[in-house]
Amino acid sequence: MSWQIEALKKSVWVFHVNTGACNNCDIEIVNLLTPKFDVERFGIKLVGSPRHADALLVTGAVTAQAAPRLREVYRQTPKPCVVFCIGACACGTGIFETGYHIVGPVDKIIKEIDPDAIIAYVPGCPPKPEAMISGIVKALSAI
Amino acid sequence: MGAVLEGKGKEMSTPLNILFWIVVVPGTIVLGLVASWIARKVSALVQWRVGPPLLQPLYDVMKLMGKEILVPQEAQRTVFMMAPLVGLAGVLLLSIMLWRITVAQTAFVGDIIVAIYLMVLPSLALILGSSASASPHAAVGTSREMKLVMGYELPLVLAFIVVVIKTGGRLNLAAIAQHTTVLSISGMLAFLVALLCVQAKLGFVPFDIAESETEVASGIIIEYSGALLAGWKLMQTTMLVALPLFLVMVFLGGFGTTGWALAAGIGKYVLVLVLIILIKNTNPRVRIDQAMKFFWVYCGIALVVAIILAAIGSSCGINWL
Repeated sequence: MSWQIEALKKSVWVFHVNTGACNNCDIEIVNLLTPKFDVERFGIKLVGSPRHADALLVTGAVTAQAAPRLREVYRQTPKPCVVFCIGACACGTGIFETGYHIVGPVDKIIKEIDPDAIIAYVPGCPPKPEAMISGIVKALSAI
Repeated sequence: MGAVLEGKGKEMSTPLNILFWIVVVPGTIVLGLVASWIARKVSALVQWRVGPPLLQPLYDVMKLMGKEILVPQEAQRTVFMMAPLVGLAGVLLLSIMLWRITVAQTAFVGDIIVAIYLMVLPSLALILGSSASASPHAAVGTSREMKLVMGYELPLVLAFIVVVIKTGGRLNLAAIAQHTTVLSISGMLAFLVALLCVQAKLGFVPFDIAESETEVASGIIIEYSGALLAGWKLMQTTMLVALPLFLVMVFLGGFGTTGWALAAGIGKYVLVLVLIILIKNTNPRVRIDQAMKFFWVYCGIALVVAIILAAIGSSCGINWL
């Protein structure tokens, strides 16, 4: 198992899931791929299908509509995989906590179907790209 | 390899022969990984980025090997699992043939036709695998890939016909590699068209229509994961060795095995590779109908002109035509 984890740390392909975010965190995620931050240096690549992904970047406090989709995307991701909650809403539903349409936060939804899921949190509204890189580095050194 | 040798095949000594067969497959795969690193690094430099480290393609493949393989419930399992292997086997066979011709000049009559068939195999495997995966996105990708194959095969074969006319009707890669066909007007036209066809075969921008990530979410390979996806990635990286090598042998006068000829051969290969990468980085993706029109109408007309020029040139003995 060890070489698999070692290789996973060097090459993290991420899939971006929006579960009802205001688009602010999404813009910051796209910011990571620009020449200024260039996360391809660390082997991090944005992919188009959850089947290719090693990490899910989840943004937004999960709405009632988005929850089944989030579960489905998590099931479609081959394991081992890491879930990153990006932003205050994904970490703990943020200012939408009492909203009638909110069933989140993200970790609750994921843990319903997989109690052993690896979940990392990057709070902020939105988190800075540096904070996301730091979060990814910390999460990967922990596993 | 082939009973109909054309005289000039020089025999290799037995230990050298054994060494060749041991080294050729892993060597080709390693070269492919390096070539794909060059592709990513040059793309990064074009975009003013730093780009991935040298071992990145190796890490990617290793990681994919260690991941879980998910097979969709409604997929046709056997075809779904076999397709990456078939594609990879086709490309490896093509590159073994090319290396063998380069190193030992063991060529047989008509090997250029065999090479053309082997070059279709990866696309066929992609079409089979994606249509077996029972995904609507993959179905869109499959239909696009089929149209694309029909689009670029015609100009590619026409371009090779130009080369065959220029080299005096020889259907033998070792004989064709003695000529530098590109140093003539018709040869230049044929080379440019063949370069664009290879671009489409590799699935690079502007012809990555079947795999377009933004519209159909990696289309043809959307349902693949784990080791099977690693198979596709290895196939694509190995094609980065085989196809430019084939272009070098057909149009640019081939590889030598010693001294300056070897250095020149490597230079030609890197030149073709970088040309492909630069085309990839400076063009937006075209629609499938635009690609078909481009290949059949514009490339078709250019190649008809090239064939006429080559025929006039060879019948009147004018080499530069």
